[in-house]
Amino acid sequence: MKFAVNKGWSNGRARSGVLQLGSCPFPIQTPALLLTTRKGLPAFISPDLLTSSLPSPDSHLLQFSPLHFLEGISPKTISNIGGLHQMLSLHQHIFAAVPRDSIIALPEHDSTNKYGASFQTPGGRLLIKPAEYVELVSSMKPDFWVTLADEVPAWVSDKRNRTSVDRTLRWLDDCLSLNKTGTTIFGSIVGGSSIEERHRCAQEVAQRNVSGYWIGGFGLGESMDERAALLTAVTDNLPEDMPRHVSGLGLPEEVLQGVAAGIDLFDSTYVYHLTLGGFALTFPLERNKGDNADYQLSDSGGDDMKINLKATIYRKDTSPIVESCNCFTCQNHTKAYLNHLFNVHEMLAQTLLEIHNTHQYLGFFCSIRKAIEEGKFEQFRRNFVESRRECLFAAASSD
Amino acid sequence: MAWFSACSIPAVPLFLQVLGRFNRARAAQLTLPHYLCQTPLFMPVGTQGTIKGLTKNQLEEIGCQIILGNTYHLALRPTSELIDELGGLHKFMNWPRALLTDSGGFQMVSLLHLADITEKGVTFQSPVDGKPMLLTPEESIQIQNRIGADIIMALDDVVRTTITGPRIEEAMYRTLRWIDRCIAAHKRPNEQNLFGIVQGGLDPVLRDICVRGLVERNLPGYAIGGLAGGEDKDSFWRVVAQCTAALPEDKPRYVMGVGYPLDIVVCSALGADMYDCVYPTRTARFGTALVPEGVLKLKHQAMANDIRPIDPMCECMVCKNYTRAYIHCLVTKDAMGSQLLSYHNLYYMMKLSRDLHSSIVEGRFPEFVCKFLQTMFPKGDVPEWVCNAMEVAGIDISSCCHEMKV
Repeated sequence: MKFAVNKGWSNGRARSGVLQLGSCPFPIQTPALLLTTRKGLPAFISPDLLTSSLPSPDSHLLQFSPLHFLEGISPKTISNIGGLHQMLSLHQHIFAAVPRDSIIALPEHDSTNKYGASFQTPGGRLLIKPAEYVELVSSMKPDFWVTLADEVPAWVSDKRNRTSVDRTLRWLDDCLSLNKTGTTIFGSIVGGSSIEERHRCAQEVAQRNVSGYWIGGFGLGESMDERAALLTAVTDNLPEDMPRHVSGLGLPEEVLQGVAAGIDLFDSTYVYHLTLGGFALTFPLERNKGDNADYQLSDSGGDDMKINLKATIYRKDTSPIVESCNCFTCQNHTKAYLNHLFNVHEMLAQTLLEIHNTHQYLGFFCSIRKAIEEGKFEQFRRNFVESRRECLFAAASSD
Repeated sequence: MAWFSACSIPAVPLFLQVLGRFNRARAAQLTLPHYLCQTPLFMPVGTQGTIKGLTKNQLEEIGCQIILGNTYHLALRPTSELIDELGGLHKFMNWPRALLTDSGGFQMVSLLHLADITEKGVTFQSPVDGKPMLLTPEESIQIQNRIGADIIMALDDVVRTTITGPRIEEAMYRTLRWIDRCIAAHKRPNEQNLFGIVQGGLDPVLRDICVRGLVERNLPGYAIGGLAGGEDKDSFWRVVAQCTAALPEDKPRYVMGVGYPLDIVVCSALGADMYDCVYPTRTARFGTALVPEGVLKLKHQAMANDIRPIDPMCECMVCKNYTRAYIHCLVTKDAMGSQLLSYHNLYYMMKLSRDLHSSIVEGRFPEFVCKFLQTMFPKGDVPEWVCNAMEVAGIDISSCCHEMKV
């Protein structure tokens, strides 16, 4: 794995970079989005559409939880097939193994103990030990993997929080010593809502021989306000030239917060949840409009950044979700058709919508990178947050 | 190979040109307003304007030529008026190839237990608000005119073949009376082809009367209805054989609700051209894949460690990329499992259609049939009804069968 930060723009902690990992022949620009998957494939987009309908190489970063495979297929069989890339026939994609998955493998801090981490999955509660985890991961051969962590929500006692840091460090060392195949490992950093513990954990992990850092314990109940300081408590103690990956920061504002703290990689369930609910993102960012240095959002008629395709106003709307969007869905289908598909509960609705929403969200990340490279990230972030507030205010006062 | 006549593009909305034959079997080119099709062909059922999670591009890649839409469902949501207002179902779905709609009658009778059939039409309780409603032949055609499919079906009085008695005769005669009402109500005969449906249960006399009655009306195409409802296979093929023998050569024959690959091969040998069934996509949702040997149940524990593709000979995206083991771990838990199986199953059906067409055109239909049966019945235990049907079709399948039980 190769990672390099682009130097030369004064953006505070926000940085843009380039990541190169084995499977993917194209370098990935960061900050970047990892697409959430179920057993390695998106929830609704079939693999042939994954490669043909989404932008490349932006859409080549996929996150998955190894735990999700436990119920259906054995590590031995995965090995026999030849690993994850072979099993999914996605040889040019980058797979990141993260135990925690915000939809199908939620950390259960009450049941986690000194032997292993506990997760709530659709198949029930699962306790996984470092050795089992490493065995699972080695059968899959992902491009990089995150060490087992004890993630706790913001409200646990100080004692429990300290224990989580100690355990996470111990499991990190276990994973490192069990890792025979020399794969790329991201060290896990936790610490809950304690600045000191975050600080301590980050410093400890920074001393280990890892290729990058995964920051956990977010998106588990802390407020956005307290999170900023916790993030910087971590990133300020990490070497600058190594990638930082965070889970649980899904919403656009949360991503911006993470970028501002120096995070490079994000996995987010935003697209999945929007899609399930029938919401389509409509915030085309005018990044292609040449030299307009003013990063105003263009919206579709003064509304919020998303529309509810199930709403009856779209029954006869023969326009695409977003006129200027190049995605398969907008190039081929209308809001009226999608409205119908949602109303009759047809799976195609979610397939088409996941394509569009992924496209849009990847576009958002592209705009973030451009803003950083032009030295205008803080302004971009401010404009974004303010126009969101205006929309919400306008919506609230129009009732 | 086929010789195409050099005549000009026909002004009628349907034109059937037979390109090859083997006895009763035919391979043809079926020209419809939206697409040039090759028969025999299977039509997947896209009930509500979509086929279970597959995009139009995927359907084109798989080779789908005609898709069936259910009038009953579409009339409920989003309504035929809305579809018409937005330019017809082709435009609504953005499907560039051909579409066929059924009359809506069958769904009503099978889905609504308070449906009743009178001379006026099908009376039923609206599933939306419980009000009594009536679907007449006129109304069915009007709805289908609004939807705009290339082929529309007459409203028929369909009874299950498992029923006996005077009801069958009543239904057959009523179907003939209703076809005239359908013809009269049809406002777009230059763009949409109205097919009549042969009824008459399992009674050859009734079937004969119905065929002759419909043929007198000189319709663009004919369907054989009232089958695929639980009757025994021996009766099934005989009805198909009788109808295909009596229907005109130059018009397509559509066996409704068929079906299993074996049934399609037999009916094609007997001279049918078009088929529809929910089976391939429905069975995919239960984790079952169609393979030359029959079916493969991906949910079985044995699949968990099987790293072969579903069908090593299949060229579809699923078989070229995925193992049974991976699909097994998807099928019970993730929607993607049934999506991939639907893709494979439809590909299988369209490949079967292509193989039937090309083997007839290339003069190797009997060989194709034998190979098909040998693969499906490696022990030679071809069912008797298939043997009987093939005898009538004039296809020698003795190489596939063990000695018949005396």
